[in-house]
Amino acid sequence: MNILITGTSGEPIYAQIVSQVRQLILQGELVSGTALPSIRLLAKDLQISVITTKRAYEELEREGLINSIVGKGSFVSGADQEFIREQRLRIMEHKMKEVIDESRLLRINFTEITEMMKLLYEEEKG
Amino acid sequence: MSDSIQLNHLHKNYDRFALRDLTFSIKEGYITGLIGPNGAGKTTIIKMIMGMVHPDQGSISIFGQENSSDEASVKDRIGYVSDENFFYEQLTLKQMKKVIAPFYSRWDEEAYRKYLELFKLPELKKIKELSKGMKMKFSLAVALSHGSELLIMDEPTAGLDPVFRRELLELLSEHIQDEKKSILFSTHNTADLDRIADYIVFINDGRLVFNETKEALPEKYMLVKGGKELLDRDVRKWFTGIRETAHGFEGLVANRMEGEPYFKNIAICETPTLEEIMYFTVKGSVMHA
Repeated sequence: MNILITGTSGEPIYAQIVSQVRQLILQGELVSGTALPSIRLLAKDLQISVITTKRAYEELEREGLINSIVGKGSFVSGADQEFIREQRLRIMEHKMKEVIDESRLLRINFTEITEMMKLLYEEEKG
Repeated sequence: MSDSIQLNHLHKNYDRFALRDLTFSIKEGYITGLIGPNGAGKTTIIKMIMGMVHPDQGSISIFGQENSSDEASVKDRIGYVSDENFFYEQLTLKQMKKVIAPFYSRWDEEAYRKYLELFKLPELKKIKELSKGMKMKFSLAVALSHGSELLIMDEPTAGLDPVFRRELLELLSEHIQDEKKSILFSTHNTADLDRIADYIVFINDGRLVFNETKEALPEKYMLVKGGKELLDRDVRKWFTGIRETAHGFEGLVANRMEGEPYFKNIAICETPTLEEIMYFTVKGSVMHA
């Protein structure tokens, strides 16, 4: 399992771990039942604090991506790809709602939002 | 989660310096960094924990025992690395080890050999012939070789080259793998702590500024950089410490939750490093004094 931490991106370290482990699960590189390194071992290997690693694992657990069993460690959960996709979709919906709320405050109508969205989407595609 | 050390309302008066009402605890199973500028009281606190300085008021408990009458059994469980050399200068490492080892009930000769090898320590050299870094390594080797549950180190990384400093940090995370051992170390080289410390105790001018998980600090503190026209009397109140130049200002805000919405569209908002938190807090306290 490759996890690479950067100190210059401004993204909190725990969030970097969460997104990389999530990515590995989504890509099928970490399959259901795989044991993750213990919190302390990962902290040692990445030379980061134990509490940071703990926070990352708790977040992954909340998302339903891993299960932690006391005394045994943490394992990739039985969640299938479909379930994970569902989860991600819900997060995406939540973010879209935020955009809608913000647009109401700024009095931007739906057509304008889609315009903006389209522009940004094209830009990302390059 | 239990505490390995608890300090309760410690007071100590010296001529030109005082520790005032210090209360904090060190958590079992974690690495705690003690930071503060020179003369803040870090070494005095460590000496109090080690029973080498007695507080005027207040109490200290270690492993749940208060001001223990059975000091030797408490010391048996502590590995101590001082910032001064407290070994006999005239002895060789080998002779010195023979003097120290019998004091510890769980002296682990095998572990000691391992560290001797790892740190490349010359057993037959006299202590006075060692460099500062080498003395520190010897002190570390002893502290790590008697099954201590609590490692207390005063400025252990001072005098160490960056290569060994990194190796030391790795040794420390190795040391706490079993969830039972705790580490307290003081330093003013905050870069060491940016990496592996779980908790940060910040002391300034004999007082506790905070005892927090390092993880929580980016949510509390924010570094703001902006043009000087932003600084009116009310805005200044946001800042714990501020540095102004002809080209603008940078300042530390200790209440990020409230400060960020105000500053985010008119200035640059960043997450400060430990060093920046320390610098601006100390600067601010001098300004207000």
